[in-house]
Amino acid sequence: MASLIGSYSLNFALACSFLIIFFSIKNFDNQNQLDSKIISLTFLQFFLVAVSFLGLVMSFVYSDFSNETVFNHSHTTKPLFYKISGSWGNHEGSLLLWLLVLTLFIFLFLLKSQRQQKKYRILTLLFQQVIIIGFFIFVIKTSNPFTYIFPAPKEGLGLNPILQDPALAIHPPILYLGYVGSSIIFSSALSATTLNYISKEWARHLKQWVLVSWIFLTLGILLGSIWAYYELGWGGFWFWDPVENVSLMPWLALTTLLHCLVVLEKKLILTSWVIILSIATFTLSMCGTFLVRSGILNSVHTFANDPERGLFILIFLFILIFLSIFIFFFFHKFENKNVITFSWLSKETSILINNWFMMYFLSVILIGTVYPIFLEVLSSQKISVGPPFYNKLIIPFLIPFLFAMAIGPKLRWIKSELQNKIYLFLFLIISFLISIFIVKNSNTDFLVNTILVTAAFYLFVTTARDFFNTKIKNLSQNLAHFGFSLLILSILFNNMFSTEVITNLKVGESYQSKNFKINFERIDTKKNQNFEAMIGKFSIDNLDGNIEILKPELRIYNQPNIVTSEADIKTNLLNDKFMTMNLVQNQDYFNIRYQVKPFMIWIWISVLLISFGGLTSLLKKKYEI
Amino acid sequence: MYGPKVKLRIFFILSILITLILSVFLILRSLEENVVYFQSPTEIKSLVEIKNKKIRVGGMVKNNSVSIKSKEVNFIITDFKNEINVTYSGVIPNLFQEDKGVVAEGYLKDRNFFLATKILAKHDENYMPPEVKAALEEK
Repeated sequence: MASLIGSYSLNFALACSFLIIFFSIKNFDNQNQLDSKIISLTFLQFFLVAVSFLGLVMSFVYSDFSNETVFNHSHTTKPLFYKISGSWGNHEGSLLLWLLVLTLFIFLFLLKSQRQQKKYRILTLLFQQVIIIGFFIFVIKTSNPFTYIFPAPKEGLGLNPILQDPALAIHPPILYLGYVGSSIIFSSALSATTLNYISKEWARHLKQWVLVSWIFLTLGILLGSIWAYYELGWGGFWFWDPVENVSLMPWLALTTLLHCLVVLEKKLILTSWVIILSIATFTLSMCGTFLVRSGILNSVHTFANDPERGLFILIFLFILIFLSIFIFFFFHKFENKNVITFSWLSKETSILINNWFMMYFLSVILIGTVYPIFLEVLSSQKISVGPPFYNKLIIPFLIPFLFAMAIGPKLRWIKSELQNKIYLFLFLIISFLISIFIVKNSNTDFLVNTILVTAAFYLFVTTARDFFNTKIKNLSQNLAHFGFSLLILSILFNNMFSTEVITNLKVGESYQSKNFKINFERIDTKKNQNFEAMIGKFSIDNLDGNIEILKPELRIYNQPNIVTSEADIKTNLLNDKFMTMNLVQNQDYFNIRYQVKPFMIWIWISVLLISFGGLTSLLKKKYEI
Repeated sequence: MYGPKVKLRIFFILSILITLILSVFLILRSLEENVVYFQSPTEIKSLVEIKNKKIRVGGMVKNNSVSIKSKEVNFIITDFKNEINVTYSGVIPNLFQEDKGVVAEGYLKDRNFFLATKILAKHDENYMPPEVKAALEEK
């Protein structure tokens, strides 16, 4: 029943699109105000998609296995929470969520843009409808979440247990708000270009939307990363896996766009940058969806290898790219009438430098992600690009980037002097000395790490100083930059001072290392609603007499029959102690991994700080620098 | 000959071009060095020379071939045509099982012996790395 309602309202919502387009075109050229019918219809469309989405959620809650999506991804013994989150934890449902967010955002856009010109609002709506219709056709044609199975099966196939996790239940919606938020930026930039509407006010208006999707994208990546840390049991938070890269690329583009908008808002320059980045952000989000959904990349996100889906997104993507390139070249007035000059030592220059660095990082990640795909298509050679590639290409450029980030915000617009900036040099020397002291204690490459830590520490102290500055000018920028420096520092320390032990132990055995001893005390078993758990009990005797108890789990899920390891993590402000355990088939030995990872929690905190910086900027009424 | 503005612009364009070329060159070179190739046991058998370069080997874990000691795990990867012995010490993923697909990353000692540094985690029991699938289909 719920599926039926969902299916119908989805089709009605598509019909709304055509009505909206009809009324928009009618309303576009006449003198009247924006037709209120358009707003009502946009709301109706959002409402219908919401009903449809609720229909799917209800089918999941009531385990209606006559619905194929529910059958494939749910099970009666699954806890209610995961029944609900399971509705967007699969391909069909997640696309319905895309649509829901798309229609929600355009409705909010119409509400929030009342001070903008009517033509601009309508044209943005039209571009957005093109995207919405594309996705409607995609959902209904190739991945309908309401397909029937007759006769209805008694039991479903279940949701992959590693997806049954609170962080991962809210990860897709948050990430999607970020991804799909960029569609508004895309439509808005295209319509502003077409109408030659780009102005300082427009930049201020667009910045709100950029901030919204930037905050959500940041949080979405954070959630995914936290999940990978404790669930996949590899003890890391970023693996340069294609699926992760695909979310980082729009983030980089969006961050660059945000900085460009700050300049545009003040100086009305860098318009081409803004347009291209707006297009790039959405295109990269779409590419991400394409790569993840088409089954080209294999990961947890790959649900089905359906070439038809991949092809559809690819064609749709090309249409959008051609449309935007066409608009950019034929409508955009290049700013050559008045050449604006600014000194090399100014805020503009430093933001421009930031742009180029960001574009470099973006292209490195893009090449690393798509090169293996192209190579396989062209020469059927199978390769993979791992962390060494990214480390080698990104780290050397991170150093000047961090320095520019430390000094840039201290400069003024147009032209700046280096007088009264002696403290900057003083800070540099201090951070250098501290770095030598820190790096000396680790047995890693001294030169590279010292320079890296110096650069990160330098940014850290220069941004930290501004918090104590009485005439603090720009809290949001300061918070975000401070968070970024903290992030880089924590990652560096985490890399330099992590220790790891991997060994195979039987119950009762112990492992002696230089600083601690691991005792494998016993194994308990526990029955749960949808899995059976083997819980190991380990005590770790540290040299200083401290005893730590860790209880990693091994879960055997019933539907589908999958074994997962649950890491046990003891977190404190200084470090995380991380342990996973695994049983090798038909053997007495357990495979144990024990890690001490310093400053893990600071990585999460710093990313929260970064997004909090964005939030303060969004909430601030009047923006000043 | 040219005004300072033109000179500045030429300098600007040139520097952008040079950075572009340099970065593309850097990226491609580092790709070449850091890329990991995937090979099946059969492909390894027919190798002309053994390079000291990281590769991935994929196939099925042979039945009754897994033996585990406190320091290491030994097993055999097979593509049903040829086999290769693997020694590994490290984290064993949940779904590492006999008669299931596996991808191991590491270094070749010779054509019959592989020192693995990493066994790749898989996400569900029906999942098979595309490389393994292709290698199995080839046979």
